[in-house]
Amino acid sequence: MHQTFDAAIELNLLHANQEGADHNRQHFDKWGITCLNIMSSPGAGKTVLLEQTLKALKAKLNIAVIEGDMTTQLDADRLRKYNVPVIPINTGRSCHLDSKMVAGGIHILEHQYQPQNLDLVLVENVGNLVCPAEFEVGEHGKVALLSVTEGEDKPLKYPVMFREADCLLITKTDLAPYLDIDLDRITFNIKQINPQVTIIPLSAKTGEGLETWLDWVQSVICIPSGTKAKHKEQQKETKI
Amino acid sequence: MHEIDMTKALILTVKDWYESQPEKPKIEKIHLTVGQFTCVEPLGLQFAFEAQTRNTFLAGVELVIKDVPLIAFCHSCQQEYKPEIGLQYSCPDCKSPMNDIRYGRELKIDRLEYSAINNQHLSISN
Ligand SMILES: Nc1nc2c(ncn2[C@@H]2O[C@H](COP(=O)(O)OP(=O)(O)OP(=O)(O)O)[C@@H](O)[C@H]2O)c(=O)[nH]1
Ligand SMILES: [Mg+2]
Ligand SMILES: [Zn+2]
Ligand SMILES: [Zn+2]
Ligand SMILES: [Zn+2]
Repeated sequence: MHQTFDAAIELNLLHANQEGADHNRQHFDKWGITCLNIMSSPGAGKTVLLEQTLKALKAKLNIAVIEGDMTTQLDADRLRKYNVPVIPINTGRSCHLDSKMVAGGIHILEHQYQPQNLDLVLVENVGNLVCPAEFEVGEHGKVALLSVTEGEDKPLKYPVMFREADCLLITKTDLAPYLDIDLDRITFNIKQINPQVTIIPLSAKTGEGLETWLDWVQSVICIPSGTKAKHKEQQKETKI
Repeated sequence: MHEIDMTKALILTVKDWYESQPEKPKIEKIHLTVGQFTCVEPLGLQFAFEAQTRNTFLAGVELVIKDVPLIAFCHSCQQEYKPEIGLQYSCPDCKSPMNDIRYGRELKIDRLEYSAINNQHLSISN
């Protein structure tokens, strides 16, 4: 006689990654660090964004970068010019960063730098519009970039990334006039998937949107003692 | 690519369960639920699972994947609707954006089907 039995498992496939991400976040929280996970398809402008962010904010905030791009040394070298800790992660052939890889980066932060002095850790994820959004690494916020050259339909085709993002940067807007692209259409497509997301059009070339982005970054930073970010928000509110 | 990672996680979970069993049963099927609003391709999972379980205690085990469509809920209309992935996510009736996702984000190992092994001489490797 062949009798079969059932065993309930009821566990998420990403359970282990999720636990690792929660663990990483605990480290960040303990040190008072805000961590942002920066994601996009290859070449949308993540590294340029990091360069401009470091340049503008490194006098105000203590920032470190965890660099997960596969062309890692190239991007890491570009960022080291700003004299902040840049920790390259060898992602091998993985199509996304996972929490274990980032834990390795946190370990280096812990032993070679003083993480308790840091305010912000920026993680540059592997260039990929599909899965990085599913693999939390311990971030407090997800930032996705979509360059105007990628087309209006990308949010519709890769909805998970756009759904998960807290801040969405439409990059390379300086190129829009040369393309047959409608910025309002991109915004509309993103909003139907994620009505809550903050959308910021940005150009690294003309500087459009940079201030708005820097304000957003500072508004999500939790500085336990100070209230720099909150203060900024209030200023903005009183202006309106 | 990430289906390989997911499969690793799946195998580890099943292995944990297996090792917690006093009498090593024969696993016959693994039931998964995979939502359509995830980055996981059921076919990719099947493929990775087969490749990674060859010559292990899970060789030949059937992976049964329940595909769950994306279902959203519109607050204005107080009703569920089925967005068309790749085309349209807002409510077809009132055009409100997709606020709540009811189904479609699942990535779950539901249950295992196994049979007891009576033959004591049967040894199980791995
Ligand atoms: N015109 C224009 N070019 C830009 C802008 N932002 C980035 N680029 C260019 O786009 C290219 C890719 O930029 P990166 O910052 O390296 O992009 P990335 O997302 O880090 O790329 P990967 O790490 O390889 O995925 C570079 O040649 C940049 O100079 C922009 O706002 N306008
Ligand atoms: Mg880069
Ligand atoms: Zn730890
Ligand atoms: Zn992946
Ligand atoms: Zn409606």
